[in-house]
Amino acid sequence: MEAAVDPFFFRLTIFVLAIFVGYHVVWAVTPALHTPLMSVTNAISSVIIVGALIAAGPEGMDLSGILGFVAVTLAAINIFGGFAVTQRMLEMFRRKDGARGQDP
Amino acid sequence: MTADLAALAYLVAAVCFILALKGLSAPGSSRRGNLVGMIGMIIAVAVTIADPSVMSYWWIVGGLVVGGAIGTAIAFNIRMTAMPQLVAAFHSLVGLAAVLVAAAALYSPEAYGIVGVDGTIRLASRIEMILGMAIGAITFSGSVVAFAKLQGLVSGAPMVFRGQHLLNLLIGAVMAAAGVWFAANGNAGAFWMVAALAFLIGVTLIVPIGGADMPVVVSMLNSYSGWAAAGIGFTLENELLIITGALVGSSGAILSYIMCKGMNRSFFNVILGGFGGSGPVDATASQRKVNQGSADDAAFILQNARKAIIVPGYGMAVAQAQHALRDMADKLKDNGVEVAYAIHPVAGRMPGHMNVLLAEANIPYDEVFELEEINSQFSTADVAFVIGANDVCNPLAKTDPSCPIAGMPVLNAENAAAVMVVKRSLSPGYAGIDNPLFYRNNTMMLFADARKMVEEIVKGL
Repeated sequence: MEAAVDPFFFRLTIFVLAIFVGYHVVWAVTPALHTPLMSVTNAISSVIIVGALIAAGPEGMDLSGILGFVAVTLAAINIFGGFAVTQRMLEMFRRKDGARGQDP
Repeated sequence: MTADLAALAYLVAAVCFILALKGLSAPGSSRRGNLVGMIGMIIAVAVTIADPSVMSYWWIVGGLVVGGAIGTAIAFNIRMTAMPQLVAAFHSLVGLAAVLVAAAALYSPEAYGIVGVDGTIRLASRIEMILGMAIGAITFSGSVVAFAKLQGLVSGAPMVFRGQHLLNLLIGAVMAAAGVWFAANGNAGAFWMVAALAFLIGVTLIVPIGGADMPVVVSMLNSYSGWAAAGIGFTLENELLIITGALVGSSGAILSYIMCKGMNRSFFNVILGGFGGSGPVDATASQRKVNQGSADDAAFILQNARKAIIVPGYGMAVAQAQHALRDMADKLKDNGVEVAYAIHPVAGRMPGHMNVLLAEANIPYDEVFELEEINSQFSTADVAFVIGANDVCNPLAKTDPSCPIAGMPVLNAENAAAVMVVKRSLSPGYAGIDNPLFYRNNTMMLFADARKMVEEIVKGL
């Protein structure tokens, strides 16, 4: 009979594979766009908001709810600010002919 | 919404985030990538709010509206020269959010389903929680210090004192002990002790690192914010957080690596701090003769050149000279001069900083080249126009194995037929060493504020 695998190891597998995906995707980023890369990774790491939403979600307010509310607010600053400033920067990148450039 | 559907939606969101990063491989695909990233975030938030455990929406909507308004207002008003400190500030918020979410999970573990059979938080969850929280706390306070340095609230010079590394080691050891204590029994006091020590070590780790090493620090904190998110993802058993944290963590780590390589220094050499600014300057060097020129001299040489390569540095950003520089380049191009820009990997205060500033001034990105792409072209250029840069084109890096920047890849500006250096004075750069480029026979020094000098040159063209 097989023993059940602790679900932790599935998550560890996902984690390690995601590091490899990140490694390959990020090396392909053109150095000219390293600043937008930082601002967009900052925006997506604010997906930590999903943890904050669960804390802020229950009926009534306790300590966890307050912590959750503050965390939702902080993460929202990052999400809106991070994606918006990234978009603003990317809009500035134009080619000689004035075109913004399309996929090769 | 069933749990299976939610898991599937989180997978879609994770793929969206990967595509957002993938889009950045070229400027043409980057804007669409960013939009896909936004869609991923909307999916993640919507699915979480639809979770049956989320019953009260007012606080959530309030937080989203307040945070969203602040974030959007900042994003549309921030000056591009201030991007490094903005990114540092944003990193601090991710770090603090990670600490708060970990604390919320500590006080309401049942909301996250991480309670073990004995009614307390499971051991594995406690370990993941304390790790994610500690990294988040270091990210927070470290980013606050980086922000203060970049914003000029505190001196950018490295702050070093005796026993610094010993102090950090001590704080780290006590923090680890408190962490083990928390993992063993889930004591809230131990949790907050780890948090306080992590806040402290974040400060003591970053203060000894000087301003021009900030590209490495900002990248490193970017990486930390990812690992903190992943740690919280393990605690909350949320695969989307784990994947995103891993993506961001490896992204920041790669950027740190590229920045260190751009300075030919090891990561630990940068992180241990105390570099630059303090080295004694050779007194005889400052008495050497330089050729000083005027804006008219520069304009004359520039408009008779066939090819000019512009080397921008942090000084250009400080003087806000990028728009004047674009005017100058436009006039030169009208005169038939071929203009290109050479960007050193660590020019500026964060990775890619110069590229964004040049793009802001409407300089086309296909005129802007990385070091490896353009370094061989200096020998065919008539003019190398160095503006606000110093160490990144110091030939000593190639010739003097004992200097602090030995082996650092540098731009071969001295190979151009004529070199112009716009600089306020002969003061040494961040590395604290003299730059022989300034004393060469084919070098003309233009002593002035970068923007004023370029504007004068434009008038003379």
